[in-house]
Amino acid sequence: MNIIVCIKQVPDTTDVKINPETGTLIREGVPSIVNPFDTYAIEESLRLKEKFGGKVTVISMGPPQAVEALKEAVAMGADEAVLLSDRAFAGSDTWATAYTLSRAIRKLGAFDVILCGKQAIDGDTGQVGPGIARQLGVTQLTYVFKIQKLEPEARTIAVERLLEEGREVVEARLPVLLTVVKDINQPRYPTFLGIRRATKMQIPVWGAADLADVDTSKLGLKGSPTQVVKIFSPPRREGKVDMICADSLDQAAAILADKLVAEKVI
Amino acid sequence: MALLNIDKGKCIGCAACVDACPFGALALVDNIAVVDDKCTACGACLEACPEEALSLPERPQAAAAGLTAYQGVWVWVEQFKGQACGISWEMLGQGRKLADQRKTALSACLLGHHVEHIAKEAVAFGADRVFWVDDPTLGVYRTQPYANTLVDLVRQYKPEIFLLGASSRGRDLAGSVATELYTGLTADCTGLDIDMEKGLLRQTRPAFGGNIMATIICPNYRPQMSTVRQRVFELPTADPARKGQVIAVKPAVSEEQIATRVVDFIVEQGQVNLADAKIIVSGGRGVGGPDGFQPIRELADVLGGAVGSSRAAVDAGWIPYPHQVGQTGRTVRPDLYIACGISGAVQHLAGMSTAKVIVAVNKDPEAPIFSVANYGIVGDLFQVVPALTAAFKKRLHK
Repeated sequence: MNIIVCIKQVPDTTDVKINPETGTLIREGVPSIVNPFDTYAIEESLRLKEKFGGKVTVISMGPPQAVEALKEAVAMGADEAVLLSDRAFAGSDTWATAYTLSRAIRKLGAFDVILCGKQAIDGDTGQVGPGIARQLGVTQLTYVFKIQKLEPEARTIAVERLLEEGREVVEARLPVLLTVVKDINQPRYPTFLGIRRATKMQIPVWGAADLADVDTSKLGLKGSPTQVVKIFSPPRREGKVDMICADSLDQAAAILADKLVAEKVI
Repeated sequence: MALLNIDKGKCIGCAACVDACPFGALALVDNIAVVDDKCTACGACLEACPEEALSLPERPQAAAAGLTAYQGVWVWVEQFKGQACGISWEMLGQGRKLADQRKTALSACLLGHHVEHIAKEAVAFGADRVFWVDDPTLGVYRTQPYANTLVDLVRQYKPEIFLLGASSRGRDLAGSVATELYTGLTADCTGLDIDMEKGLLRQTRPAFGGNIMATIICPNYRPQMSTVRQRVFELPTADPARKGQVIAVKPAVSEEQIATRVVDFIVEQGQVNLADAKIIVSGGRGVGGPDGFQPIRELADVLGGAVGSSRAAVDAGWIPYPHQVGQTGRTVRPDLYIACGISGAVQHLAGMSTAKVIVAVNKDPEAPIFSVANYGIVGDLFQVVPALTAAFKKRLHK
């Protein structure tokens, strides 16, 4: 089975600090990590490979240092990796990103399953997965919580999707693109052998000229329909916290209950 | 890969751009600004520079003639089991304002089976026109038949603005539709208004786990598409006397052409829908174990609210993932959020800090959760929460 995993390198927002004067993010010294949702996608790909055999290829689009994210996936057990990095890709919005990744997947050849995280923790859009599926004309199954069954011979898959109201069970025919939620698995740690392999591996870097059947007017900033016109810090919550003190907790609870009733939120 | 051009002759080394960059991509080297690969070409620094030393490459201009053919504001009316989701009406309320500002009509797109009653509701909530697609293939949401039908409708009727809810289904659908149409899509908007000068939709959204806000436009492609976060825009008042046009439309694909079958829907006991909840009572590391959620649950029951949790409690296995609020869980916007034994990590705050009223209960008076709370009680949650439950019981069941 041929499995492709799309991953993104993101800043580790657990370390993000806000500059109190300017209200902007301080990203200096913030380490880059594999987008957490993508680690579940990598893990799921490895489990599929262990069960059915085949090959896992990880791809990412980003600056040259995004190769580190790919090496982490290789250290976990991915077989091959490709980095898409080119000045022509810079400034891509979700449309152009999905387009570029889909052209790279085309070049990789036949596949059975594409896996993505449900969204990246920096952009939070969740749009690139559906975008790739549509570009490639494959069935998309988003917010996957569990792969119930996969039959490579019959070319069928059944998954549970995590929706607001519950879990929906959907059957589809391969090939499919899945975006996965956190609860699908527990990602493994890289092994010693894996890390050694990743360190040695020369990961190919593809630019625009290397992609299959690509319309360069659809790449990067000029191929991106959306445009950011303003970035600002979110309005802070007004006022200070009203700390409720009383002789007893029962009294404090009573005071708070009265205040919340007065706020008309109950 | 940075696209930002820095005119070194003009740069005076004032560092205004370094402070303005939300991504930390700019720095001063030998008193001249330099940019690295973290640059996303967002343009936040351009205005900050007093010397106009910074620039981004020109974008191609649209063929203006093509764009003017697109008119009207559209809203996708999401329904589940024949009931419209609240976000649909919230969007019709905001869509009405946008349509009035653009002096154009507001249309609703309703796909489903046996959902004619929702078409009438959509008119009552402000739609001038409803595209009503009724077919057995559309009974349960599936990406392909829904997306292809909407793509056909957009190509035929050419709306200028198209809003969909930022729910699981809405995001699934919008991503597919915008890709096929080759147009811009802005996810999870919390602000939508019209730039009256240019006539463009200004879409504002949080990014970076809510640490920054970005305003995004789509000047050269149509429709301008957004997914809209739930419970941000006010629910309009329905007017049953309102008149509107209902246009019956055929679906784009037949069952044989559809690649997926929905075979089951699993609703767990104690299933939680945090997105819809007006009141959420959440527990964190402080609850200490699965049984620690019992007082939380009792308080939620008295208030008619839902139970949420921090990531710590989910990772510890005390409560299932669908309850998780925060960056890797759900983003919620209830009227009241009561955080019990939650310290308030940045990732948790990202998921709940836009709640109308926040109450924090924590042993540690220095816990960061108090910095976003409206009300706080310092104390052991196992004493405070039952006391709150008793106090609310008294007030709500007089």
